[in-house]
Amino acid sequence: MAVNLFYFFVFPGLLFVAVTGAFLSWFDRKITARVQFRKGPPLFQPFYDFFKLLLVKETILPKQGSPVIFLIAPVFAVFGAVMAGVFILLPLFNITTGFKGDMLVIFYLLTIPSFSYIMGSLASGNPLAAVGGSREMKLILSYELTFLLFIAGIIMKAGQQFDLYTIIKMQQDGSPFIGSISGVLLLIVGIFCIQAKLALVPFDMPEAEAEITEGIFIEYSGPPYGLVKLTKYIMLFILPAFLIALLMNGFRLEGIGILWAVLKILLVVLLITLIRNTNPRIRIKQAISFFLIWMNLLAVIAIVLIAFGY
Amino acid sequence: MLLVTKYLIVGFKDYCFKKSLWVFHFGGASCNNCDIEILDCLTPRHDLERFGILLVGSIRHADVLLVNGSINMRDKERLLEIYNQAPKPVLVVAIGACGCTGGIFAESLTFAGPVDKIIPVDAYIPGCPPKPEAIIAGIVKLVNK
Repeated sequence: MAVNLFYFFVFPGLLFVAVTGAFLSWFDRKITARVQFRKGPPLFQPFYDFFKLLLVKETILPKQGSPVIFLIAPVFAVFGAVMAGVFILLPLFNITTGFKGDMLVIFYLLTIPSFSYIMGSLASGNPLAAVGGSREMKLILSYELTFLLFIAGIIMKAGQQFDLYTIIKMQQDGSPFIGSISGVLLLIVGIFCIQAKLALVPFDMPEAEAEITEGIFIEYSGPPYGLVKLTKYIMLFILPAFLIALLMNGFRLEGIGILWAVLKILLVVLLITLIRNTNPRIRIKQAISFFLIWMNLLAVIAIVLIAFGY
Repeated sequence: MLLVTKYLIVGFKDYCFKKSLWVFHFGGASCNNCDIEILDCLTPRHDLERFGILLVGSIRHADVLLVNGSINMRDKERLLEIYNQAPKPVLVVAIGACGCTGGIFAESLTFAGPVDKIIPVDAYIPGCPPKPEAIIAGIVKLVNK
């Protein structure tokens, strides 16, 4: 019991993912600034933002709408993100829980933050938030099938293993999955799914700040918005970590391996940031056809290739 | 001991607030010169994100309300509404001659008074329009107040 609480709140859980995610968020903003020939924010900027929202600002409840769901939604979002983070990071840090089939649990837990955002935005009673919520719903409908096909491809490649720990061990004993044609195709699909899950720029229509002024988060202020920010930091860490666990051999935590682990995370975040900085926002219709036609096609081709052993 | 802890907590809160000011921009009946100069502050040459200053889209996320342009009868209601919607504490900065005093519109028929007659103002940045350097200097003075 005490060990489980430690897992949830301290080491792979809340504290660790929040701090690492905050530093990755700084990295993301700094790279964005360098791409635009700016200087960029100081190292502790995400912490200042979070503590300002949590400690200083007041919370305003919307007059129309349901205050209870409005306030509970960010708590659910943080809970889902941390739970998914624990399930992803325990096998990555070489701690086995003996739980077969955690891939499917991770798949379901990773959708909880998006669903809580939709709940919160619809509970706020703001028309722009409702537009953002409906866009987020369409985005989920489009990328979720692709994400499932991506996970199915990995499971097939690992020989019908539903266990993240076994998948990482298999890659560390043999070769990483990315070293084959199907692995590269799955990497492309996975990167775009992560981009849509994080709601970063080609797929940021739920919170388009110039168009519908932050969309789903428009009514949040103070501590609830701080929790939303915290969820964003956590997701920015655990989704690249999940991709690394599935395709790039996981972490090897001895000697030079620690450096490689950090570099792999930074590389994936760098890739996401560069995609974000070099693309315009697309319309929701374009996003749906992009995922439902092209990314699904790519994933199916990868699965066929896996079936033939490439 | 209790007093020291209290001072530390208050200092920490203040420090976090000063290090992360999110700005919401309210343009009244402006001639757009001040708007352009405000945007200049956020572009690569001056880059206010160095100090953690970001432009946000929703008033609910804002810590600073930038007001420029002359405020006429119709803008007055909107300005009051925006100010009441902002989560406190919120700082108000009046930018440009029109925002500070009314400028050349001070004796106009539809003029509803400079900004400080409508909502409390924390800093004035005069100029027609003020240079980006002047805006940055104003923000620094506001933060160190």
